[in-house]
Parts: sequence; structure tokens; C-alpha cells
Amino acid sequence: MTGMCYIKNVTTLKLNQTACTGCGRCIEVCPHQVFALEGRKARIDDRDACMECGACAKNCPVNIIAVDAGVGCASGMISEWLQEHNVPGIKSGGRCC
Amino acid sequence: MEQTGGEISDKVPGFIAWMDTPSGKVPQISTTLSNVDHLGACMARWGINRMGYIVPPGLYAIGTPDSAALVVVTANYKMSYDRVRSALSGRNLWLLVLETFGVNVWCAAGKGTFGTGELVKRINKADLQKVLTQRQLILPILGAPGISAHEVAKRTGFSVQYAAIRADDLPRFFDHKMITTPEMRKVSFTTYERLVLIPVEIVLTLKSLALISAVVFLIAFMANGYSASVVMALACLGAVLTGVVTVPILLPWIPFRSFVLKGLLAGLGWCSLLYYSVGGCSWDITTTAAAFLGLPAISAFYSLNFTGCTTFTSRSGVKKEMHLGIPALGAAIMVSAVLLAVGRFL
Ligand code: SF4
Ligand code: SF4
Repeated sequence: MTGMCYIKNVTTLKLNQTACTGCGRCIEVCPHQVFALEGRKARIDDRDACMECGACAKNCPVNIIAVDAGVGCASGMISEWLQEHNVPGIKSGGRCC
Repeated sequence: MEQTGGEISDKVPGFIAWMDTPSGKVPQISTTLSNVDHLGACMARWGINRMGYIVPPGLYAIGTPDSAALVVVTANYKMSYDRVRSALSGRNLWLLVLETFGVNVWCAAGKGTFGTGELVKRINKADLQKVLTQRQLILPILGAPGISAHEVAKRTGFSVQYAAIRADDLPRFFDHKMITTPEMRKVSFTTYERLVLIPVEIVLTLKSLALISAVVFLIAFMANGYSASVVMALACLGAVLTGVVTVPILLPWIPFRSFVLKGLLAGLGWCSLLYYSVGGCSWDITTTAAAFLGLPAISAFYSLNFTGCTTFTSRSGVKKEMHLGIPALGAAIMVSAVLLAVGRFL
């Protein structure tokens, strides 16, 4: 997405290329075109575009993609964080977009 | 307790007639949205009756589908249901609605309610194997974080094809041999898409907004009298709205990748605007310092909150921002309050 890039070098995305069958599923599900097919293997092409949605990991039939997708959405994480750090009174309510 | 969509009846939105299938009656629904549908969507955007904005899960018929017709899967948030059915106008298809407790596909997939288990359950409950001779399901790409396609195939015999991100692209998808073009696969976050998210954000912040303004007003009132307290309450209100409204709208044009930095910059803008419009040159040094420290910090906090709504921020990135940002922002607001208090006694 032009003009919309998030912080670099943070994604937890990992791909074990050796076992890849080249089925292309990861390319089909990734909303940010992170993967590209190179010969018969998937390759991480645009790592920093990854938003850690977890779609690729969940849909890879040979289970060779790992990413810390976590649960819920980010605004929920803020209240999670506030609660963990015992900040009283502020809550974003664990809601979702 | 999460609200469920209930059972399918002749009260489902857009109901036309019952259709007989080998596994019982299925409601045939209209692809034209009524004024009530449009009004409901508008209200849901403002957070009104959002929880009740839900349809029953299960199988629906669009047009007159037969046993070879394709199945499109969606969530039971009414806006998702409305978008999909209106995009499928003039076609004969099945619509399988999952129970996502009134949450849209993307958020429900993240939570796992738009998930493999629910999909398998709905396939079995609707007895799709009996209704259909074909074995293919069409899913939204943004549902993929919750669904494991190979798992679904293993458990039900149905193969999953992810069609597009936006329901609006479904006609093109069906008209072009069911091929997903790179465009249909790209998530967008246009100005319009950001704009429609803002009302509900404002509504959700109203409570803390009222509280913050009231507290600030009271403290300032006791300390400095009426006019100063109005300015201060307005200053804080503006700082919050800068984070909730200005940053989301101007998102791609505000420099920096970090939402905390974007928020700080926008907050600084708001503070400068205030400074020049209410005659800030007459402020004493502590008030000026407090304003330029505290207001941007408030904006930054609220703009960080918006990461929950974007389609491109990652969990690890937000974690990193929170780790560095929240203590710093908290400290800035605290120092700002101390400065104001100290300024009183100088
Ligand atoms: S986690 Fe999501 S955004 Fe990241 S590579 Fe996988 S599918 Fe793409
Ligand atoms: S989904 Fe897995 S096996 Fe298929 S191309 Fe991607 S990495 Fe390779």
C-alpha cells in the first residue's frame, strides 16, 4: 500500500523454504503480497509489509510458516498491556475495529 | 455474553420466499438493499445498535441456485451479509453465513470465530453434502487468518478458494473464470475506508473524553478561574480529537511509520494552532512548556489506539511502540501536570 508502511524489522514471520511444495497457498491468502514464488519454492519477498495476520501460517498445508499472530486486534492489546502494567482507569474495552 | 444471530426465519433481511432443498427449506433473499438496510448501516457506523446488527447463521439462496451452484461464505455481521448479497445481484448462488457474533470477517478471523471449526459446523448443519453435487467454497481473503483450508478439505471434502478481499470485487471474480487478479488480493486503506471508521471511534472515546475534559476543567477552574479552564478543557479535547480524527484522516501524509510519532507531530500541530489562536504569547513559561509537552502526548496515545483499526500494522510493531511509547507518553503527561501545578505557585 503506498504511503502506508509500518515499522521495519519487527515481524516474527519465518519460512522454512526447504520443505516448500510450491503450492502457492501463502501467496493466495497474504493481503500484503509478502511472498513470491521462485522456481518451485515460496520466498519472503517483502518482509516489512507483513502485518502478522497469520493467514499464511494457518493455510500452509505442510506447516512450514510460523508467525506470532496472537489473538484479537491491536487496540485490544493496548488494554491488555495497560492491565498487565496495572494502569487503572484507562480501558479501550477489548473491542474490535 | 456474546449475542448470537438466532435461527433463520422468514424475518431474515431481504427475505423473498422459501426454497426447497434436499435438506429442507432455505430462505431465498433479495440482492437489493432497502432503505432500512442503508439506515441500519449508517447507524452501525455511529455505534448505534451495533450489537444488534446481526443476521442468523446458516444457508441462504441468492437467485435460484441448483445443486451445482457455488457457495459464497461470509460472516453474520449484517453489513458483511448486505455487502455480499448486493454484490451477487443477478446470480444464482448459495450464501453460507457463519456465526461470528455480529463481528465482521476480518476481526472475526483474528478472533478465530470466523474459523475452521465454525465453517465445518455450518457445512454439516446445513447438510451441504446433500444439497450440493459440487465440492467448492468461495471465501473472502480476509477470512484466511481464521481458516485452515486444507483442514476444511480434510474434514468435509470441500475445497476452499479465497476469492477477493472486497465483496465489490466478487462480480469481476465470477465474470472472469474465477481468477483472482493481484488487485483483488491487495488490501487497501483508502481515505473513505478510514473515514467510515472514525464515527464509532469518536463514540467509543466519548466517555473518557467527557471525563478528561471535566477533570481538566474543574482543576483549572479551581486554580485559574473560568476562562483559563475553558481554554484548557478545549486544549485537551482538541488533543484527543487530533489523535482520533486528524491522524486517521491524514494517515498517509503524516511523516513517520510509528503511530506514536505521527500522533506527536499532529499533536504539536494542534498545540501550535492553539498557541497562535488564543494568544499563547501571554502564557507563562510553565504553561507553554506544559502545553507543548502534554497535548502532543495525549494525541499520540489516541493515535496509537488507532492501530487496532488499520489493515497494515503488525502485532510486533504495536508491541514495540507500546513498550517504548506508553512510558514516555505517561511521563510527558505527568511532567506537564507538575509544570502546571508548579506554575501556580511561582
Ligand atoms: S502473516 Fe499475514 S501479512 Fe504476514 S506474510 Fe502471512 S499472510 Fe502475509
Ligand atoms: S503455502 Fe507452504 S508449501 Fe505452499 S507455497 Fe507457501 S510455503 Fe510453500
